[in-house]
Amino acid sequence: MSEPLLRVDNLVKHFPIRAGFLMRQVGVVRAVDGVSFSLSPGETFGLVGESGSGKTTLAMTLLGGYRATAGEIWFRGDNIADPVARRRRPALTKEIQVVFQDPGSSLNPRRTVRQTLEVPLRVHRLVSTHGEAARQIARLLETVELPAEFMHAFPAALSGGQKQRVAIARALATEPSFIVLDEPTSALDVSVQGKIIALLLDLQRRLNLTYLFITHDLSLMRNVATRVAVMYLGKLAELADTASLFGNPLHPYTRMLLSAIPVVSEAEERLKPRWVVPRGETPSPARVPPGCSFHPRCPDAFAVCPRIDPVAASADGRHVVRCHLYPGCTPAEVADAART
Amino acid sequence: MTPEPLLQIRDLHASFVSYRGLARVLNGVNLTVGRGEKVGLVGETGCGKSLTMRAVLGLLQPPRARVRGEIWFAGRNLLALPSRELEQIRGREIAMIFQDPMAALNPVFTIGDQLLDVIARHPKGRPSATEAWERALAILREVALSDPERVMRAYPVQLSGGMRQRVLIAMALVNEPALVIADEPGTALDVTIQEQILLLMRSLVDAKGLSVLLITHNLGVVRALTDRVYVMYAGSIAETAPTADLFRTPKHPYTQGLLASVPKLSGEGVPRGIEGMIPDYLAPPPGCRFAPRCPFAQPRCQQPPPWVTVDTDHQVACVLYDAAPAPRLP
Repeated sequence: MSEPLLRVDNLVKHFPIRAGFLMRQVGVVRAVDGVSFSLSPGETFGLVGESGSGKTTLAMTLLGGYRATAGEIWFRGDNIADPVARRRRPALTKEIQVVFQDPGSSLNPRRTVRQTLEVPLRVHRLVSTHGEAARQIARLLETVELPAEFMHAFPAALSGGQKQRVAIARALATEPSFIVLDEPTSALDVSVQGKIIALLLDLQRRLNLTYLFITHDLSLMRNVATRVAVMYLGKLAELADTASLFGNPLHPYTRMLLSAIPVVSEAEERLKPRWVVPRGETPSPARVPPGCSFHPRCPDAFAVCPRIDPVAASADGRHVVRCHLYPGCTPAEVADAART
Repeated sequence: MTPEPLLQIRDLHASFVSYRGLARVLNGVNLTVGRGEKVGLVGETGCGKSLTMRAVLGLLQPPRARVRGEIWFAGRNLLALPSRELEQIRGREIAMIFQDPMAALNPVFTIGDQLLDVIARHPKGRPSATEAWERALAILREVALSDPERVMRAYPVQLSGGMRQRVLIAMALVNEPALVIADEPGTALDVTIQEQILLLMRSLVDAKGLSVLLITHNLGVVRALTDRVYVMYAGSIAETAPTADLFRTPKHPYTQGLLASVPKLSGEGVPRGIEGMIPDYLAPPPGCRFAPRCPFAQPRCQQPPPWVTVDTDHQVACVLYDAAPAPRLP
């Protein structure tokens, strides 16, 4: 494997819960609680998880929106989890961009497309004259397959798909190498989604972009990601190549998730794992259950699960799982103590 | 084997006066829900599926909306009914389950207050306070909420998304309506919770013999819950069939395109979707409204499409099936 573009090492993001007149800390929301993975250049890394699993917090921490509580984020030789390092290298913010879920609310309704696209160009001093900006904006619109006349339009005049293309153009303006796609097509109709995804994949090939792709649509994930990580209550439950994760899901949570996908044909029904009766809901990340946090909902839970939090392990070095059902996942010294 | 019809929408038209002109949205909708039948109405943003639901509930009012056609419910034409009588039907005989449980529940009243309010409007009259309380607890137990006493005293913010959706289902079912209209139930929730909600709805509805009109854009949800599907495009019904038939042999080019657009678990790539956009309702195309996007469009499509029966209970609004062999998308 080539040198990773981004390496996340044991990243933690906790939010304090404060209450009372003195705003004393009364608890902690463990939004991201020790996540590690790395992204190779040019790959699409999928992040799946239900609401409250911490996937958006993880993305915001990578983007610099939140300051990490602990852990490291290595990007091109810098630990950008450290805000001092991030400020020292303003070029880094150019390299990392984001496309949000709902273009209806992520685009300023009172700015024309041109004004929206001009902001990143000006902030990063990529253009100096008016004419240069106009040329650059026309080129960006062409990249996302929109006519240049659109630069004078307001978002309200555009369809959902067109708005999302503008949001993609805005992300591309600074020529980034890494883009976080946070549910980029969830607000769009399924007949429009395909064209946006095709555009994103085409741009990835042409510009050698690396994507962190967040979606709750597992069928879509199956078709766009090269690797997928499943997140539950701030931790990764499983991480594997897409085909391996969908074809041979190991973690009971992944199996429950995959077996719940609503599909449109018998043929697809057969591709799902054996049906797992869905039960329970994701608990609040402010009250994470002890031991393995999934144990109250797990159909395969046994004695050790409520007591000890499993660690991530892999049999083949690529398919990583964090569950006591698999060898290497029960911390050794604790397992020895339990045996004696 | 068609059950006796409970809700019958006949040739429903609805237009809206806007400052740019008259938007002709609903363009002759025909739809029937039989007694005890679970019917799905699928379509994409702006196709008019939610408008159809609002018309049934009598929420489209002049002067802004111009509604024409008939909506028969248990022997009465809802469009001809005075609003007083419509109020008696709405919430009692026809109940609604909305998509976003946070928006559908009042945040400043407890679940108990809101549920007891609904029970007080029971068609057979207001029950006594203890009786109402008992009924509330019973229905909360039926929707599988553990500790119903606590739920009764809770405010909506104190419940999880899945619990709130269960409360909404309880509120819709507590007065034993004949028809439940569900607008995207559970789509605001995660898949594992959505599946629990759909399983719950199916078992309750079957146990009580209710009719359901499920409105959604999610084809997978329709397939999991309904007996029969109507596919809507740009204000009219493109195709209807028993659910299994529709998913196995879709006939209308729009239905075929829509099904082909859904990313598949087999992982052969994301399909391109359907070219073009839904028409401008201020100036809809004459004839078939799908024609400008249709790969099989022909001169005949300039006229309104025929309503062709292709199989038992399987009808499609498309000239391709008007005494012609059926093509399929490649």
